[in-house]
Amino acid sequence: MDTPSLSHLSVKDYAQIYEPAEDSFLLIDALEQDLIFLQKMKPSVCVEIGSGSGVVITAVAKALGTNSHCIAIDINPVACGVTQRTAQLNHTEVEVVTMDLMSGFHWDNRIDVLIFNPPYVVTPSEEILENKVYGDITRAWAGGERGREVMDRLFPMVPNLLSLYGAFYLVVISENCPDDIKRVMDELGFDMNIVKERKVRGEHLLVLKFVRK
Amino acid sequence: MKLLTHNMLTSKCLKGVNVGYPLGIVAKDIKVLETEFNSEFVLRIIPKLDWDTLWNAADSIGHSGDLPRTLCDDYENDVEFLKKAHHVLLEVEVINGELVCPESGRKFAINKGIPNMLLNEDEL
Ligand SMILES: C[S@@+](CC[C@H](N)C(=O)[O-])C[C@H]1O[C@@H](n2cnc3c(N)ncnc32)[C@H](O)[C@@H]1O
Repeated sequence: MDTPSLSHLSVKDYAQIYEPAEDSFLLIDALEQDLIFLQKMKPSVCVEIGSGSGVVITAVAKALGTNSHCIAIDINPVACGVTQRTAQLNHTEVEVVTMDLMSGFHWDNRIDVLIFNPPYVVTPSEEILENKVYGDITRAWAGGERGREVMDRLFPMVPNLLSLYGAFYLVVISENCPDDIKRVMDELGFDMNIVKERKVRGEHLLVLKFVRK
Repeated sequence: MKLLTHNMLTSKCLKGVNVGYPLGIVAKDIKVLETEFNSEFVLRIIPKLDWDTLWNAADSIGHSGDLPRTLCDDYENDVEFLKKAHHVLLEVEVINGELVCPESGRKFAINKGIPNMLLNEDEL
């Protein structure tokens, strides 16, 4: 899987949107490692929540080509515009919608691949809500208690979103308590496995994958 | 916003709205761009679609062409039909305009092809 070019982005953009970092690249590596699985599954609909610069969904869209419809979602309208530009400049098709998680999504059980590199950093809860401005950069990383507050809102929706053989990829750090996430998702009917993990600069990053039991 | 994406969107997250589907479209700017036809993809996506919603959306913005109103039984083998479906799903794009909640009339802006489905706090 090729890493998309981001040469159109500068420091000025990264003041408003998440600059791709180790977590973004670990997620791309994990998806690349799973590429044969993904191609075999023939996903007709792939959705990335929190696309930021668009680096991940653009890589996915390039790898899957016209075989699937790729959609990027972000709560930050600036990130949405940047994602659109990243896809265009890398000559691929990504549809972009500004929304909070999957709150405006009607289709039940029709997403084949769901991807989320959430705001996972442990912060005081107020940091997520305090900044009411949707474009605020804090939302890109502030995860509240145990870093779980944003992703925890998504988990209960996953059974209604994913298609029968669909897969959900999630980036976490050890502080998010992956064992507890495994328990939560198990109760919702999903098996979890670790696709990739890496320790960088005091952060233990993991890419988790969930499929129906 | 392509009509395939429109097929998936709802305003049910609005307080007091039950279904919020299908969203109306007010199109101020439409772009039609040719994209590569992949019949296998079209065949896989059709069963996932709400066909009525697709047809009505296309019709409301003047792009239903001669797309059939209902799906016929053996569409799988009808390449001409699959090409028409491809066109309506992936080649017609609403660049600027609005999506309209069918129950409350609340409008969601579409700017440069990106619908904004965010709600104000008092709408949740
Ligand atoms: C850690 S960044 C990941 C960005 C990009 N996917 C990457 O890997 O580089 C998290 C992204 O999630 C977005 N986000 C935060 N809360 C969200 C929410 N409730 N709904 C949708 N997106 C959200 C942020 O704006 C940010 O772009």
